[in-house]
Amino acid sequence: MARIGVFICHCGTNIASVVDVAKVAEAAKQMSGVAYATDYKYMCSEPGQAMIKAAIEEHHLDRIVIGSCSPRMHELTFRKMLKSTSVNPYMLEIANLREQCAWVHTDREKATQKAINLVQMSVAKVAGNKPLHTSMIPITKRALVIGGGIAGIQAALDIADCGFEVTIVEKEPSIGGHMVMLDKTFPTMDCSACISTPKMVDASAHPNITLKTYCEVESVSGYIGNFEVTIKEKTKYVNHDLCTGCGLCQTKCPTKVTSEFNQGMSKRPAIYIPFAQAVPSKPVIDPNACLKLTKDKCGICEKICPIGAINYKDEVKYTTEQFGAIVVATGYELADWKTMYPEYGSGRYPDVITGLQFERLVNASGPTEGHIIRPSDGKEPKDVVIVKCVGSRDPKKGKTYCSRACCMYSAKHAHQILDKIPNSRVYIFYMDVRTPGKGYEEFYDNTRKDGAQYIRGRVSKIYQEGEKLIVKGEDSLIGRPVTVEADLVILATAMEAAPNVEEVVKKLGISMDKDRWVQEAHPKLGPVETQTSGIFLCGTCQGPKDIPDTVAQASAAAAKVAGILCHDEMETSPMISFVDQTKCSGCGFCVTTCPYKAISLVEVPGRDGNRKVTKTVAQVNEGLCQGCGCCNAACRTGCIDLKGFTNDQILKEVDALCL
Amino acid sequence: MEKILNRDEGRLLAERIAKEADVKLHECYQCGKCSAGCPMAGSFDLMPRQIVHLMHLGDMETVMKSKSIWLCASCHTCVERCPHDIDIPALMEKSRMEAQKRGYCAVRNVKLFNDIFTETIRGFGKSQEVILEGIYNVGSGRLLQDINHVPEMLQKEIVRPELNQVRNKDHVRSIMKKCEEGGALN
Amino acid sequence: MKSYAYFPGCSMDSTAVTYKKSFEYIAAKTGLDLKEIPDWSCCGSTAAHTKNEKMAYALAARNLALAEKHFPGLDVVTPCAACYSRLRYANYAARKNEDLRQEIEEILQMEYKAEPEVLNFLDLFSDPDLQEEIRKGIKRQLKGLKAACYYGCLMSRPREVTGETDPENPMKMDEILRLVGVEPVIWDYKTECCGASHQVDAPEASRELIDRIFRNAQANHADIIVTACPLCNMNLDMREEEINRKFQRSYQIPVFQFTELIAIALGASASECGIHHHFFPAFDVINDQIRSGNISEKREQVQKVQEDPLKSGPIIVGKAGK
Repeated sequence: MARIGVFICHCGTNIASVVDVAKVAEAAKQMSGVAYATDYKYMCSEPGQAMIKAAIEEHHLDRIVIGSCSPRMHELTFRKMLKSTSVNPYMLEIANLREQCAWVHTDREKATQKAINLVQMSVAKVAGNKPLHTSMIPITKRALVIGGGIAGIQAALDIADCGFEVTIVEKEPSIGGHMVMLDKTFPTMDCSACISTPKMVDASAHPNITLKTYCEVESVSGYIGNFEVTIKEKTKYVNHDLCTGCGLCQTKCPTKVTSEFNQGMSKRPAIYIPFAQAVPSKPVIDPNACLKLTKDKCGICEKICPIGAINYKDEVKYTTEQFGAIVVATGYELADWKTMYPEYGSGRYPDVITGLQFERLVNASGPTEGHIIRPSDGKEPKDVVIVKCVGSRDPKKGKTYCSRACCMYSAKHAHQILDKIPNSRVYIFYMDVRTPGKGYEEFYDNTRKDGAQYIRGRVSKIYQEGEKLIVKGEDSLIGRPVTVEADLVILATAMEAAPNVEEVVKKLGISMDKDRWVQEAHPKLGPVETQTSGIFLCGTCQGPKDIPDTVAQASAAAAKVAGILCHDEMETSPMISFVDQTKCSGCGFCVTTCPYKAISLVEVPGRDGNRKVTKTVAQVNEGLCQGCGCCNAACRTGCIDLKGFTNDQILKEVDALCL
Repeated sequence: MEKILNRDEGRLLAERIAKEADVKLHECYQCGKCSAGCPMAGSFDLMPRQIVHLMHLGDMETVMKSKSIWLCASCHTCVERCPHDIDIPALMEKSRMEAQKRGYCAVRNVKLFNDIFTETIRGFGKSQEVILEGIYNVGSGRLLQDINHVPEMLQKEIVRPELNQVRNKDHVRSIMKKCEEGGALN
Repeated sequence: MKSYAYFPGCSMDSTAVTYKKSFEYIAAKTGLDLKEIPDWSCCGSTAAHTKNEKMAYALAARNLALAEKHFPGLDVVTPCAACYSRLRYANYAARKNEDLRQEIEEILQMEYKAEPEVLNFLDLFSDPDLQEEIRKGIKRQLKGLKAACYYGCLMSRPREVTGETDPENPMKMDEILRLVGVEPVIWDYKTECCGASHQVDAPEASRELIDRIFRNAQANHADIIVTACPLCNMNLDMREEEINRKFQRSYQIPVFQFTELIAIALGASASECGIHHHFFPAFDVINDQIRSGNISEKREQVQKVQEDPLKSGPIIVGKAGK
């Protein structure tokens, strides 16, 4: 007969305010197999754990049910605690009385009854638990970083400095991301290129770092410690092993198209190095623009390349590599304000620009060499309007979140305009000014001191009359509609997750939130982890953030990766599938169902009546199985079970609730 | 006079109006995009944004005594651009009906025009622009308003002296009577 | 071609005389089949929904119920933006709320299923069959005539009632006018309010709205403003001179109904399309176009057009109106 101990946690007032915890413990005492039941304010705390240990000794308990928060939160905590007792760590069940009961109900009586039911189910299940034991698997001591912006570069440098090999996969021809486009950075006004390009060079020169630019992750399989990743190298049409980066091809290419790096404000050739400080400083050919590739004409670059590095017949290449851990750092794009805001002209007016376009305008290495001019006529603007929250905090446009960096970069833009253009005036339309960072509020103060006019109100309409842009807002502090006749309008456009994030997330088996940001494991206690162990995230793929926060998160993710790679081997979960091979018919359906390629068909000796035969049956690779249970559901003969979640146990739970 | 918010009695009325208009008043974060785009805001005594806020506070009296609820042209520019899709024209319209019930009218001529318009429908089943303008001018004391256009209108046959009437006037009248007896739609 | 139930609205029989004449001309030329709803009454307009919401629905629904009764299965088309809005509101509310629909039936003492769609004239003229008829019947191209297409509020907003997908920049009228060679300008006051009846009952507060519409049309080099609503048209056309005086402007931008331009393209004389009914002189702009060769005639029409009163007689009427 099992001797079950039931421990009901108050979770402070989280559970106890809605559920009558003492009553639940009382009810548990009456349940079959329960030898002891009690409640306590914080079961996860030191005294709480000591209490459980003491009860195990005193009442000779052999299995435990804890009614507390989600098992996601503290199942591991309690398993660790059980290691130092006579009870096997897997003789444990958690009844989720917080997320699945107290937090979602208000009626105390009904919630208490539901809590009793949940405990009853866990008691029924734990009775069927069997002791399980972990095994060890080796770890591949290499990391993959997806995305070569400042987040990816920082994470890669930190991991590499710990002595592990890192590969950076970047979809663009150069690493650097958005940071390298920026002019100055708030609040200290250091030059963005001056602080980011050295890091790019460090990354390319680091003996432990491999750069794979113009590449994308094609597929991912495996699990923590042993991921197998196929990387697709897009067609560069330039052999980078031969190319010296002399740049001659760029100067002779006759085709000119819009420059992505300069945000559409200048042209680049079809064969191009995206910017002067690019890493690697070697060109690729844009197949949609190149005359040779589109119309089989021209071919100049091939003729003039002194070392014959041009290859118009280049093909996509795939390589497959092993990694122990993965960091997702896919970054952001600006929201497409042109489709979202017809009231701001849908992009009809060339002098309505985004903050990122302004960064290129004011940047000494930008298309105007740092002169702030109107894109329409090249004149220097005197009256500039900055509109905040374009695409953010706007549920109508599908985005509820605050984009976080805009208040500060808008203050910086105002400062730069007032500094560079004598007698200029800057009006900033805002709803709230948010400056929660070190030195940020002081920077905002100084911008007002510089002369920036802050007007509290959202802009309703922007349109052109003659040379002027008419900006209509309300000064909500005086309660009057106001109009500014502006020469230039800068929209503080919101960040949104990179356009291909869905694909990346799907390939990695991680998840996104409603705004397409990559979901962290826990907003407070697991901010760089994802729900899949061994995969971490950092930077703006997780949500809008500025450079200091991005760099801090990147280093945090790197520390997590190093924490895995520093081990030679790791424990595996024993809660995996097993096949009763005497019943298995060898249909192989489980093999195709398994997402981890953990099941294969093998031949084993068997009997047909009195005759000895060889039969084909399924076999689980314990190193690969993640315990997802797909095979369990797919098996037609019911010969596959999941340790710790056997069919029998689940049915007992259902019986406990329904019978 | 000092305003003591928690003693305000308009809260229930404001909540009812908001519910009928399918508006969640708390969603308004006072960005002012409504007021910025409102074509009539230049003449409003309270910005559309302020109407929403006053209703959220429960101060219906200030709302019902305002000019803004009468001057709203129901053009729907505000709600089209509102980040929270707050149906301000519906709030204005319903506040205007409540104001009328209580005898508040901050812009007399708007009410007068609408009253006369309604009566011409009752009388003829169709609106009569000449009669409407004529009675309105007398009623509002603006005898000469638009009068300069009348000879031209007659000369160019833009308006004609004869009346356009519905044959089944009784049907129209009975519809209006039933609606008025039932009060405004609640 | 498709048939429609037709709700003219009160203005069509009085102030909207140019709209009516030009439209009737087009209907005759293209064989457009509109069946006027028998004994239709006022849609309730702004006055009803200011005073009594149920009355606003019921007065509009009376006409829709009549259309359902006499012309089952036909969509209802109306030239007036306000009528369009009130009729669509009634349908929208009745479709959303079955209790309300039944209550309206009770008030009307008529069956009202809220089934037919309500269309405005821009919808009507977007019908490919009608467009084809127009294309076939074109006698003059109005090439080079720069028009600011003014849609106003009620055909655009609220989008859940009107179904307009881009209330900031609708394009239907622009596309219809392109058929006859007109060059629509890109401008920003397509759907800014003209003040509607506030031009009568709150003139001080609302004249500025008209000024802003003209100002933006002028800034974007429009020769004319084109409307698709009797009230929008009157507010702009009748008050342009007053605006010029009051705000010290010198706008020279005649205001047309879009049907006038199509009628001209189909060969209408000035009196046939109603240009002599305008308040603000509209002949010069058309004559200038003809003189500069922008309004081109198909060769076989030249002889006839020289005798067309569009070039001679009615101009005097226009000048007299000045």
